[in-house]
Amino acid sequence: MVPFGLMVWDGFQQNLTADPIEELLHRTGIWTLRILILTLMMTPLKIITGSTVFIRIRRMVGLFTFFYASLHMTIYVWLDLGLDWPHFIEDIVERPYITVGMLAWALMLPMAITSNRWMMRKLGKRWKMLHRSIYLVLVLGCLHFLWLVKSDLTEPLIYSGIGLTWLLFRVVHYYHGQRAQIQHPSQSRTP
Amino acid sequence: MKFKNTHKDFEITDESTYLNRRQIIKSGLLGAAGVLAPNAFALTLPEFKANQKFLIDEMTTEKDATTYNNFYEFGLSKSAPSENAGSLKTEPWSVEISGLCEKPGTYDLEKLVSQFTLEERVYRMRCVEAWSMVIPWLGFKLADLIQYCQPLSTAKYVYFETLYDPEQMPGQRGRSIPWPYREGLRMDEAMNELTLMAVGMYGKELPNQNGAPLRLVVPWKYGFKGIKSIVKIKFVDKQPVNSWQAIAPDEYGFYANVNPEVDHPRWSQATERRITGGFSLFNSRIKTQMFNGYGDYVANLYKGMDLTKQF
Repeated sequence: MVPFGLMVWDGFQQNLTADPIEELLHRTGIWTLRILILTLMMTPLKIITGSTVFIRIRRMVGLFTFFYASLHMTIYVWLDLGLDWPHFIEDIVERPYITVGMLAWALMLPMAITSNRWMMRKLGKRWKMLHRSIYLVLVLGCLHFLWLVKSDLTEPLIYSGIGLTWLLFRVVHYYHGQRAQIQHPSQSRTP
Repeated sequence: MKFKNTHKDFEITDESTYLNRRQIIKSGLLGAAGVLAPNAFALTLPEFKANQKFLIDEMTTEKDATTYNNFYEFGLSKSAPSENAGSLKTEPWSVEISGLCEKPGTYDLEKLVSQFTLEERVYRMRCVEAWSMVIPWLGFKLADLIQYCQPLSTAKYVYFETLYDPEQMPGQRGRSIPWPYREGLRMDEAMNELTLMAVGMYGKELPNQNGAPLRLVVPWKYGFKGIKSIVKIKFVDKQPVNSWQAIAPDEYGFYANVNPEVDHPRWSQATERRITGGFSLFNSRIKTQMFNGYGDYVANLYKGMDLTKQF
């Protein structure tokens, strides 16, 4: 909540640069990406350290990703576009970087809605499948960032690199686990 | 040539109202030895407002115009130029004029500027990133400089180059742009009455981050055409390749005319966010105008051209 608090504070202090809307879009966007990557780190950290605290806070961290993503989208539609819905539709359809951005948010919505224990029980195996789309969200988010910078790709590439690293961790771990299953079918899988 | 204060689209403050030409020549560029003599330019912002009878667009604050800049020579963020441009030494400064003209040579800037009449022009500046400002520039017509140089009839374009010195311009140690920054204008664009060689803004010398000590202002084109800290001007017969066109020719062209009907491949150019200062969080976007609203002065330059192809 601290980044959000700082945004509000800076807003009132008029510290949001000459183009405050652009600055807010940038800040909410960058924090969405950062907390998204943090969310992706939760399970790997549990695997590495064995501590379940990461699983316990995973939902909260995930929901914060959704919070900042929603803030980002709200600022865009409300402050930047001034609720000009035709313009909004046109942007989604004609600007690829906004297409993937909207897709990323749309994929987060069902995950946010099903993020409680009751839904987990109700959906069972399908819950896990649904929530795996967080990796697609990562890819779409990185594409969104890559497609909107003017010339210097350094920052989006760094985030893409970090995000992909954690994705790779899960992939490697999964196949490692698969091989272990084949050799020792009695071993239980990690959540 | 004198302009009356009746122009609708841009404001020219009558020279005699507050500018004393003799004062300016006597005190060098805008002030002796880079330090503004106390009364060389007595005008402060409130006086500016008083003189603007026909201002149709609200002027951007000096603070915003001098702290929100694209000047990759000093870093990639908007705040980097104002933070880092102190390392640029703008005096003494010389401009090398070469190519197809009668008067090539290396000219001391102060001596060069003293040949021309300075005027104040309040222009809109539209960035290709879809934000814009309204800035009171102080400068002389590029047309005056061109006439002074006496270009040959074979000269069809004017080419400009920025200083290349990674010691003074730390951003040039990176490769965001193939240095030095280059730009160009077709001869008729360069001779147009709107095209300005700016040496000041807000009644003072140009701050380093805004392209001191000499920058180009072409208000009907996207801001990246306004090449900063110019050291070289060359008259050529072939259309030059400007830096942004070299970086991404499918996104940035030579002409770069502000055109709401020709989108950037990745974003729309139909609207823009106007930087006004103050609490602007709830300001709406404004519609971008063809040629940034200066069509009356420049539309004829592009008759018969397909602006979707020659962007």
